[in-house]
Amino acid sequence: MSMQHSPLLTRDAEGLFWMARYLERVENLARLIDVTQTFESPGRETESWSALVAINSDGPGLQEHGMEVTAANIKRFYLLDAQNPNSIPACLEAARTNARKLRPLISTEMWMQLNVFHRDVMAIDPSELDGDALSRLCRQIKEGVQAHTGITEGTFFRDQGWHFYELGRQIERADQTTRLLDIKYHLLVSGTEEERRVVELTQWNAVLRAAAGYHAFRRVADAGFGPADVVAFLLADTSFARSVALCVGQMDRHLSHLRTDYGLRDTVGVLERLEDVSAMLNEPVQRLLPFGLHDYLDGLQRSLVDVGELIGTAFFRDWRPLKQTQAQTQGV
Amino acid sequence: MVRAALHNQVPMTADPFDSYDSGAYYCELTARANDGGAAALVRQRLSAIGLDALRARAQLAERDLFNLGITFTVYSEAAAIDRILPFDCVPRIIPAADWAVLERGVTQRVQALNLFLADIYNGRRITRDGIIPAALVYGNANYRPEMEGFPVRFGTYVHICGIDVVRDHNGMFSVLEDNARTPSGVSYVVENRHLMLRAFPDLVAGMKLRPVDDYGRRLRSAMDEIAPEGVGDPQVVLLSPGIYNSAYFEHVFLAREMGVPLVEGLDLTVEDDKVWMRTTGGLRRVHTIYRRIADDFLDPSVFRPDSLLGVRGLIGAWRRGNVTLANAVGTGVADDKAVYAYMPRIIKYYLDQDAILPNVETHICGEPEGLAFTLANMDKLVVKPVGESGGYGITVGPRASVAELAAARALLVADPANWISQPMINLSVAPTLTDAGLRARHLDLRPFAITGRDTWVLPGGLSRVALKEGSLIVNSSQGGGSKDTWVLAE
Repeated sequence: MSMQHSPLLTRDAEGLFWMARYLERVENLARLIDVTQTFESPGRETESWSALVAINSDGPGLQEHGMEVTAANIKRFYLLDAQNPNSIPACLEAARTNARKLRPLISTEMWMQLNVFHRDVMAIDPSELDGDALSRLCRQIKEGVQAHTGITEGTFFRDQGWHFYELGRQIERADQTTRLLDIKYHLLVSGTEEERRVVELTQWNAVLRAAAGYHAFRRVADAGFGPADVVAFLLADTSFARSVALCVGQMDRHLSHLRTDYGLRDTVGVLERLEDVSAMLNEPVQRLLPFGLHDYLDGLQRSLVDVGELIGTAFFRDWRPLKQTQAQTQGV
Repeated sequence: MVRAALHNQVPMTADPFDSYDSGAYYCELTARANDGGAAALVRQRLSAIGLDALRARAQLAERDLFNLGITFTVYSEAAAIDRILPFDCVPRIIPAADWAVLERGVTQRVQALNLFLADIYNGRRITRDGIIPAALVYGNANYRPEMEGFPVRFGTYVHICGIDVVRDHNGMFSVLEDNARTPSGVSYVVENRHLMLRAFPDLVAGMKLRPVDDYGRRLRSAMDEIAPEGVGDPQVVLLSPGIYNSAYFEHVFLAREMGVPLVEGLDLTVEDDKVWMRTTGGLRRVHTIYRRIADDFLDPSVFRPDSLLGVRGLIGAWRRGNVTLANAVGTGVADDKAVYAYMPRIIKYYLDQDAILPNVETHICGEPEGLAFTLANMDKLVVKPVGESGGYGITVGPRASVAELAAARALLVADPANWISQPMINLSVAPTLTDAGLRARHLDLRPFAITGRDTWVLPGGLSRVALKEGSLIVNSSQGGGSKDTWVLAE
């Protein structure tokens, strides 16, 4: 049976891209919160949680909400506050709104899982933010997104819509990994050199755990690994699912499919810009440490924002990002 | 081990039919003779399941609907709330012979509606012949002068039609209302069947039922048929007002079943009097639009200028023959409740046939005799506004208080042409699961007909049931639910 490609509305392409982005963001937030909780230093909780605010560029947002910077407030800000556009409930709400528009395209199973997941997250009880309940909550949220990802992998029709979905997922994941790496910049360490070394090691391990890369890293790293090895792993190891390089490579692949399989020629400009990002990833990490990393990551984030905008103007036409997404993606 | 009690009382599962009483009404399940024993079998199976299990399973089934998002949206002051159309697990059964009559009756009615529309927008024979008052037609708010002299393919204006049918205490069918604009509810017909098969396979087992799955394919092929002439592979779309529309789920359902894009006004644009949709690969021609947007909102350059739902220039493209709209513009004049009163005469006039499905006796308050009769019998009649839908504005005389009757009378006198009245029909009932067990609740039936070149009627239709005791209002917006409707194959 010969099937011709069915057309994809620009609005639906945009919806798929953003649905995937929001869900990926939810998973990463849950990871970050989990790790922050697990590795918060006794007596310095506020500092640990402040780093979370900093890497999401949410300092001003928190102030706008009239919230003092305390561990409890930050947890609420991200897990309960639907008015905070970067919170888990708000991101999930946005994902579901997109999914609702996409219901003719996505599978019934995708919709149903998201619908139920959304309802559960909207009903998070403040008591779930305390003590050991928080880690359980984060795991449930992670698993909610992972269930979505699995159902999508197994049921979503793989025509051009799927490529846009994957583009959204990969660009968000790349962006989140750069933010995660940047957490180090926001965590100041004091004390003797040996004390600092130990604390830093713990912090880098936490970063690896947040990215689900701790054990994989151990397999590839020397016993005497240093910060540069962790950074290189998270940025450039193309075997690691959340590395920026792997995400960028995936984006390249999906864009190429859109160009060759669906004749979308406007992919050329995006692909060119993506090559610049790849080039940045080839820079030797050693040179960036210890002081150049933050600026470098800033640059990487800006390039990814550019790529997102190019995708938007090329395919979504009336591309007007929502205010909140602008705040997140451009507030670097 | 010590027994807890000397007499080990096994709790008996209550027979759900123990206290069922359909009173003076015609019961769709228990007053059966011509169904080959199907209803009796269902009854037996329901009894075997027992009331508790029935309740538990019905609850799970409804939760399923909610999780699946098979919902309609109700708007309160502050929030949009997703609600399911309550699903009653006791099916409504229509024997093959009854269905044959309904099917012919609906087909006849759709044919007459289309002939009527073709006539009033072209030759105006029927008003010249004095069959129906000209003022009622051409002065009607839903009459669209834009349609005059405009040819439509196969003479079909009403491509999708829902005809509301009721049954009186003798089991006689009659038509209560025609829905020739953008009737909704068909998605629930299909989803209710799927739910029935999932949640109550033991009720359905072995029953020879006419399938309902074919609706999407039939609709798609009708939409292909009516595309502008000469288009080989027409692009069909479904035009929806978007996620905030209460029937959005149905729009999703139909787009998916037809395999066509679900578009909103902003996805379409008109250039060179042709309609295009915005795709990742650029603009792409659209040939047939199944629109679920009312006439008024279709094209801000022709109708309501403030409409953001429609597409500027759409009517122009349509008049140039470059796109087909389903249903056509201006069909609202045919399903008006005052025009409804003339339907038996309209059928006779065009088809030279008697109506297979009779009308409910209707008094047109815009006419002096009708008004006088209605005013004199307010307490016995059902008074309805002509242009409303959704069951709003209705006063059921025999059930109304003195104050409600007075209020209805005041409205009626202020604008008689806006009202009709009908005798109260003792709508048939069916056993329906309630907190008190199975109870008799009133219901109606909305069969759906699709017309391209020919008319096809979906076997069955949407059985809407008034869940409130004694209520005759079955609309979902007013506490109605629905039942799976089984048309027996033999």
